[in-house]
Amino acid sequence: MYQWDFGILWSYRWLFLNGLGVTVGFTVVIVVCGLLFGLLGAFGTLSRFRALRLLALTFIEAFRCTPILVQLIWFYYALPILAGVEMTPITASALALSLYGGSFYSEIIRGGIVSIDKGQSEAGAALGMTPGQSMRRIVLPQAIKRMIPALMNQSIIQFKNTSLVSVLAVPDLVYQSQVAAHDSYRPLETYTAVAVAYAAILIPLTILVRRGEKRLAVGE
Amino acid sequence: MSETSKIEIRSLRKSFGSNEVLKNINLDVAKGGVVALIGPSGSGKSTLLRCINLLVTPDGGSVRVGDTRFQFGEGAKLPDVRTLARFRATTGMVFQHFNLFPHMTTLQNVMEGPVTVRRMAKADAEKLARAQLIKVGLAEKADQYPATLSGGQKQRVAIARALAMEPDVMLFDEATSALDPELVGEVLAVIQQLASEGMTMVIVTHEIAFAREVADRLIFMRDGIVVEEGPARQVIDTPREAATRAFLSHFHRTGALPPATTAS
Repeated sequence: MYQWDFGILWSYRWLFLNGLGVTVGFTVVIVVCGLLFGLLGAFGTLSRFRALRLLALTFIEAFRCTPILVQLIWFYYALPILAGVEMTPITASALALSLYGGSFYSEIIRGGIVSIDKGQSEAGAALGMTPGQSMRRIVLPQAIKRMIPALMNQSIIQFKNTSLVSVLAVPDLVYQSQVAAHDSYRPLETYTAVAVAYAAILIPLTILVRRGEKRLAVGE
Repeated sequence: MSETSKIEIRSLRKSFGSNEVLKNINLDVAKGGVVALIGPSGSGKSTLLRCINLLVTPDGGSVRVGDTRFQFGEGAKLPDVRTLARFRATTGMVFQHFNLFPHMTTLQNVMEGPVTVRRMAKADAEKLARAQLIKVGLAEKADQYPATLSGGQKQRVAIARALAMEPDVMLFDEATSALDPELVGEVLAVIQQLASEGMTMVIVTHEIAFAREVADRLIFMRDGIVVEEGPARQVIDTPREAATRAFLSHFHRTGALPPATTAS
């Protein structure tokens, strides 16, 4: 019978906190950059210009249809050889995860925009708005409400995907807990604690978003 | 007539794929004139209306509203988005399905054009918007969202929203077709009031009795051509063409307008 002993983890608390800080910070960076790439990708696919549409579509499918673990390794090891740019593990993994997330965000954002009735942008145009104005004032405010649940879902996946950066020795929560597990010979306790830490951050966040959605639903 | 006309359409053509929707259409609307466009569905009347404010880009011919003229077809350069936007700001349009902005209150809907397009100060735009809401009898609904309004009220807000741009012409695209019968009257009453104030209007409608009362000219379209055109009463009461007669036989042509039950 295995004797659980979580008390032993206390001595690694600074290591865990450090790792958690990196994980959270990393998530913020890749969600923000990912949304940016997503917005570019979405507008690309909706562009009037064929070349832009093709470019955006290529980007989306390339990152959507290959595994993130392969992308991470490829960005760190293969890209420097191909393009001649050295990247730190942190830069390489931030870039890969942002682009990977961006490809999914693109589809969510595009879907949200096209789900808005065409009459809405027509009404904007009839008032004399430019396409940009009607996008900003009429379409996006409505579309964002519809996108939020899916964007949140994708961001949760992004948060958990940061755990993969440990393969490039980025000192995130998983990487640090590997260190702790090796040091303490207590992998079961360590990984249980890590799982609890991820859930402890994500569950309150999802509750917060659910509340926010209800508030946003005003007027519909 | 073309010297004084507010709207002038010449040799207008439009196809969607292999489907030729408008075949060489000519149309003049005098300043202050009210033209009703009638015809069976698929006749091209809505497309013609949407060509007037260029929501639909014609394949050939020319469109002039006021002093702004656009030429389409071989060798003609398509107007850029800014030119188009400026042009559309001078024409108001009311849609069959209202197309109110659901994320804005009634007041914000009406203020949106003046604030975003005309760059009017918020306070001035609000004053203007409230005046338009009073005009369509919905002043007390200013702070409600469109979802809480009836169809007739929504359409009156949509009219107020278009009027807030202080347009030279108003285009109505089957403005009462999506309404429950008992709500048609209140919308028609607003349109009739606009007509009496001298607004230049083109009205696509199935309300033949209303067209007879309010329009001074009537155009009957079928299969992308103008079949018959003339003074509204004359075309409705004594149509010359067999096609017009056949179409009009489906309607009560005279009689009282649907009652404008409420002004609120």
